[in-house]
Amino acid sequence: MSSQDTPVMQPAGGKTADKVFKGIAYACGILILVVLAAVFLFLFFRAWPLIGGDQSANSATISSFTGGKTNSFWGYVLPLLFGTVLVSILALLIAFFISIGIALFISHYAPKKIATGLSYVVDLLAAIPSVIYGLWGGLILVPAIYPFWNWVATYLGWIPLFAGPAANPQRTVATVAVVLAVMVLPIITSMSRDIFLQTPTLQQEAAYGLGATKWEMIKLAVIPFGKSGIVSASMLALGRALGETMAVLMILSPGLTYSIKLLQASQNQTIAANIAAQYPEANDLGVSTLIGTGLILFLITFVVNYAARKITEKASV
Amino acid sequence: MAEATKKKNLDGAPVIDFDKFRPTRSSENSRKRKDLFMTGLIGLAFVIACIPLVSVLWTTIVNGLKRLNLNFLSYNMTGVVGGNPTPSGGYGGVVHAIIGTLEITGGAMVISIPIGIMCAVYLVEYAHGGKLAMTISLLVDVMSGIPSIVAGLFAFSMFTIVFGPGTINGIEGSVALSLLMLPTVVKSCEEMLKIVPNDLREASLALGVTKQRTITKIVLRTALPGIVSGCILAIARVIGETAPLLMTAGYISSTNVNLFSGQMTTLPVFVYQEYSKLNANCPVHATSACVPTIPMERAWAAALVLIIIVLVLNLIGRLVAKVFAVKTER
Repeated sequence: MSSQDTPVMQPAGGKTADKVFKGIAYACGILILVVLAAVFLFLFFRAWPLIGGDQSANSATISSFTGGKTNSFWGYVLPLLFGTVLVSILALLIAFFISIGIALFISHYAPKKIATGLSYVVDLLAAIPSVIYGLWGGLILVPAIYPFWNWVATYLGWIPLFAGPAANPQRTVATVAVVLAVMVLPIITSMSRDIFLQTPTLQQEAAYGLGATKWEMIKLAVIPFGKSGIVSASMLALGRALGETMAVLMILSPGLTYSIKLLQASQNQTIAANIAAQYPEANDLGVSTLIGTGLILFLITFVVNYAARKITEKASV
Repeated sequence: MAEATKKKNLDGAPVIDFDKFRPTRSSENSRKRKDLFMTGLIGLAFVIACIPLVSVLWTTIVNGLKRLNLNFLSYNMTGVVGGNPTPSGGYGGVVHAIIGTLEITGGAMVISIPIGIMCAVYLVEYAHGGKLAMTISLLVDVMSGIPSIVAGLFAFSMFTIVFGPGTINGIEGSVALSLLMLPTVVKSCEEMLKIVPNDLREASLALGVTKQRTITKIVLRTALPGIVSGCILAIARVIGETAPLLMTAGYISSTNVNLFSGQMTTLPVFVYQEYSKLNANCPVHATSACVPTIPMERAWAAALVLIIIVLVLNLIGRLVAKVFAVKTER
């Protein structure tokens, strides 16, 4: 009976395979930690000449990047950081209310059949590559949005943010923020939609039972339930906006100031777009400088994402 | 009121004036107005979100169709001078970019899918919610937020440190993309492994099957459709990445099929490069065959090809998930 012999033989061979498989699984799990550490370490080593190298050469590189405006690393990176944060927060402000609205529309207003279709549409929005948003933003949105921003600059110009005259073509922070808002919208929408759908039915029905209108029900039951989810979704969206490269690179006319004049060209630049723009012409030390700025971007997005996940974790426990 | 007085007569309970609690008509109306207003706002939010989507798709299709033909898909950019047509009758094409995209994304798949699946197996099957597993799970989430340009810088630094300065090749791009792909693969595989019914595992283990065989033959087999669909969606996510490939894979106008040496063009990078060319030169005495706006038209056509690839991948991923879904009891 050969079929009886094989099971007897099997465990011996099976055990080694078992151990090897377990080892591989553990190794792959730990590899995640190794990779994250490697990202930090390789960037750090490549950026080392910034700290340990010849400081006068560094200063020369940086002043050639900035056209002589500054020659210290922090003088170079802080305006970039300011621009990055400014653009991302504006994008988040624009996207936040709209995406909460869509999430509520999908979870509580639309009929079920339409709602699934809408979810697909939102996912589709997330799937479009950023370079296409950049192309669309640069060639279609920039000319199309000029009349609107011009109107804003004319009638709301007394607010420092909208100080005119509006640049034409509108390759400005305001336009970039609109495009980034479109890009982060699906992130906030899909996460908050999922959490809104989890609102306990009992609580919703209790609110209705007390005679609440639909909006009052949402205010009483849905929003308080989904609060932490909304916060963490927004932070994830912020992380995405901070690191977005192509859309900014293809639309924004760059500058290196601490200006908040959203409608004027050549005011700000983001870290990610600056790396992509300067990289092709940079020499060895220049690349080190750019990688140094990249390291700062990495640390910031890491912290933002970490905080976002911690909030979700706490909420789900 | 009549009932209330009757009750008071019966057992001496205090009189409750229910009329006090009756909503006035004005408050009722204002609540209704507010409800209607918010419904309107929420509907409006949805309409606003549709505008960019429709606009992006519409302009890409309209502008892209102008130059999207067989010639565009079967030639590369060698021999393209200014806005002049090439001997083949076209204006250059994207075949080299399509090959580059497929190879680099394929490389990223080969690196990240096995690691991702094994990492998910570790998280679900071996680590039963231990501290290390919690940390790894959290870091996978955090990793999914790494900016794509940082992934590019990482691959670039690693290759220049390990293989010497000036290294630019396709596999470097694959490494950068796999860093972006890995968290998506791990997350979706983890979700899929979690919904495999525990009965299956227990039944298999009770028959004396080793753990490794239980996992490969039962758990992974059951979760296969979900894993495939998750991987396809992860590919769709990275296939449109531009920034990391700008600095790792480079840009050339001829076809390069060797992933391990030489620069390689991908579709998104092609779109960006054509976009930044703005206009092509046409000599003063050029015929009407010379098109000065050809770079933009090529960019749109390549963008259309890219969007079609991404959307088809998304569609396949969702279909696989839907058609072959594991039926779990609720």
